[in-house]
Amino acid sequence: MNAQPYPTGRYDVAVIGAGVVGTLIARALSRTTLRVVLLERMHDVSQGTSKANSAIVHAGYDAKPGSRKARMNVEGSRQMPTLCEALHVPLRINGSLVVAFAPEDMPTLEALLARGQKNGVPGLRLLGPAELFSMEPNLNPAAAGALYAPTGGIISPYELAIAAAECAVANGVELCRDFSVAGIDASPDGDFTIHGPRDLTARVVINAAGVHADEVARMIGDDSFRIFPRRGEYLLLDQARAGVVSATIFQCPTNMGKGVLITPTVHQNILLGPSAEDVEARDDFATTDAGLQGVLEAVALSVPGFVPRDVITSFTGIRAHCDRDDFVLEPSAAHPRFLHAAGIESPGLSAAPAIADYLLELVRDAIGPLEEKPDWNPGRKEPVRMRELSQEARREAIARNSAYGRIICRCETVSEGEILDAIHAPAGARDVDGVKRRTRAGMGRCQGGFCGVKVLELLARELGVAPEEITKSGGGSRILLERTE
Amino acid sequence: MPDQTTDYDLIVVGGGPAGMAAALEAEKRGVTRILVLERAETLGGILEQCIHAGFGLHYFKEELSGPEYADRFIALVEKSTIEVKTDTMVLDVIPGEGVHTIAAVSRTDGLLELTSAAVILAMGCRERPRGALNIAGTRPAGILSAGAAQKYVNLNGYLPGREVVILGSGDIGLIMARRMALEGANVKMVCELLPYSSGLTRNIVQCLDDFGIPLRLSCTVVRIHGKERLEGVTVANVDARRRPIPETEMYVPCDLLLLSVGLIPENELSRGAGLALDPVTGGPAVSQDRETDIPGIFACGNVLHVHDLVDYVTLESQLAGAGAAAYIQHPEGRGKAAAIPVRAEGGARYAVPRRIKRGVSAHPPAEPSSPEAVQVYFRVGQVYQGAEVRVRSVSPAGETVLLKRKRPRLAPGEMEEVLLKPEQLASVPQDGEIVIDILE
Repeated sequence: MNAQPYPTGRYDVAVIGAGVVGTLIARALSRTTLRVVLLERMHDVSQGTSKANSAIVHAGYDAKPGSRKARMNVEGSRQMPTLCEALHVPLRINGSLVVAFAPEDMPTLEALLARGQKNGVPGLRLLGPAELFSMEPNLNPAAAGALYAPTGGIISPYELAIAAAECAVANGVELCRDFSVAGIDASPDGDFTIHGPRDLTARVVINAAGVHADEVARMIGDDSFRIFPRRGEYLLLDQARAGVVSATIFQCPTNMGKGVLITPTVHQNILLGPSAEDVEARDDFATTDAGLQGVLEAVALSVPGFVPRDVITSFTGIRAHCDRDDFVLEPSAAHPRFLHAAGIESPGLSAAPAIADYLLELVRDAIGPLEEKPDWNPGRKEPVRMRELSQEARREAIARNSAYGRIICRCETVSEGEILDAIHAPAGARDVDGVKRRTRAGMGRCQGGFCGVKVLELLARELGVAPEEITKSGGGSRILLERTE
Repeated sequence: MPDQTTDYDLIVVGGGPAGMAAALEAEKRGVTRILVLERAETLGGILEQCIHAGFGLHYFKEELSGPEYADRFIALVEKSTIEVKTDTMVLDVIPGEGVHTIAAVSRTDGLLELTSAAVILAMGCRERPRGALNIAGTRPAGILSAGAAQKYVNLNGYLPGREVVILGSGDIGLIMARRMALEGANVKMVCELLPYSSGLTRNIVQCLDDFGIPLRLSCTVVRIHGKERLEGVTVANVDARRRPIPETEMYVPCDLLLLSVGLIPENELSRGAGLALDPVTGGPAVSQDRETDIPGIFACGNVLHVHDLVDYVTLESQLAGAGAAAYIQHPEGRGKAAAIPVRAEGGARYAVPRRIKRGVSAHPPAEPSSPEAVQVYFRVGQVYQGAEVRVRSVSPAGETVLLKRKRPRLAPGEMEEVLLKPEQLASVPQDGEIVIDILE
């Protein structure tokens, strides 16, 4: 259940943007007695960069020593296992390999090793071909060696944001979706007034607006950084290809570019990508023939032999590249109670838990000591996942609620009970894609061909609206137009 | 004798046309303890949403709608001793020595673990989704598989779009072109990547020509436009190697794109059970009694290979029902018969069955005159005019032609068949195989 709006519309903190950074910040703030509102312009949380990225928890050897990226990455990925356990988010520490496909690239690996050690990344070491191929037999035979990072992992990024939002809302944060911030009035002593579908006020504003963070900063006259959207296209392969690699395989960066990665996902697919292209539009999520073809060609350096037929779906993510080339985590020069969590590009997902803690400190710096809630719950209720349960646990679940015995999505074995849970959770699903991200209904081989109809009916029934009102992902994305005669 | 130590003699997975026909045939042959598990709320399978006519012309010699065709079998099942559990989803088929286990869930029964002497798999097929096509562009609402759209329109009474483009000229796509036109939508075109339609000729005439809907062959959708709801698609002609020709690109405004780009046998359970699958059909490799490579597990209908007409699904499923009955009633014969491999090549894409057990009778009752003959179904990979279907017996010692049949037209959309007589099968040497190909 979403919390009721505070009648006065007056908050201590307003967090703008409910991606993985904004939701984790809201969760961190929810341990305090502050009144917090989380504003999201889309119909659901995790709809921007958090929805479409490489889904990697980086070990931390990549960022420049001393940078915020380096510090937050190492600390964030250290926290990730505990956090994911509390929030019941799929995470697998599968290790990362940066592979040199030519002997002349080996010095680059040594430089990365030195950098990683300086950043405090545990367990890094260089592998020769024998050990490398025993770990990853399907790699391009030309591989000369690799940097192995045993703490690298894979995660479900949108589930992390959803779980963090659920946790925050259950702990009293108010979530406003479809809330597009139109303007912000700042006064030096008083509260901020935030204009949107309704006006509200807040003592502190946190800018976690992702690719739009510079636009939000400019609303209070802060022009200190700029975001350059960078498109990346990804290909998701059928589970039949699972097992082709077990670690996340990066290509050694060369002067030809950063290369593309190939990695298992926590849901037993294989992910390839991303392409990289600087663009003007901040919300152009279209895929292109050139991008898809480019990813397939580029990945052949790592593992040859993928064909278009292996691909079950493709998607585009937009990275929020910042002209400062580092995370912007600081009070705005224009106002000391306007706090930036901006410029969050890779390794932003890995760093997000640390960023959330850091922003809590910045809030404390801005408004003084904070009071902890005595009954704060750091986790969320564990979602039932029939697909993963033992026969005995399935039996118990159905005995508890017979709706777990009615399978709606055949490809991923998702029951009606799981879908109802997703709709009625704090920060619950309100559209077909929202159900899909929370339960995996429609995520499998048939991509919703069978269950889409039923999911739509359940949404309409549970939300008490007509089926024509149900959207794919909010806004004008209605699925049905009208009743037939 | 049936094995009384199991919960059932026969469990049929799927209560569509295939599962019902198989169960009824087994019952007719004296099998008593039969259970049909169906994941939907009612029997009938995909037929329930196929409200157009055209079913039953071969089997019943009259033209029925999908639900009418299904109702004939549902009535028979209701009058029979066959037990049915609907709203029940099978999660696993676990093969064993003479006893197979089925794990299933339902609202009313919770988790079921049932044992059975024989199992018939009849899960049907599903549509190929957009992802498999790699169409570039956005991901708005307004892109549906033709079957999903059929369900919205026919069962739920909702219109999913008004300006429609259909990609793929499979039968469901053609049927939906007509259905949307009848609902008042503007069906702008049906695009087909191949130089020929993969649908039945009669459907092209009745669903497109009669409604003035253009069929664009060698044409595909290359881009999707629209942020929230579909706004249009870019279509382009393709060259001989099926690559889009950029100069032919054309923008077509539309709010609904229906995909009818092929059907895939639904074999998650078969894979989970460890059955050998045919790489071309995606379904289990079976003998003429529709037994898979695991004794006592049979498969029939679209889970085996995609059929063009439900009439053939019925006939094939009766083979599986008869085969399962023989397996249950004659434990002494299990897994004993030597088999002749059957292979398709040179224009014939696949053949069902993949092997013919020697001396085993498995035939539809509709063919009483040739009790030991074996019907072999196959599909071709392209359109042929006046070609010959050839069936050979091939062995290390040499080869002989078993039969040649001239066909005026062969098309990938239509399932083909040849009947192999007992004496032809008997002439195949012990180490021989049967090979089907097409001679132009």
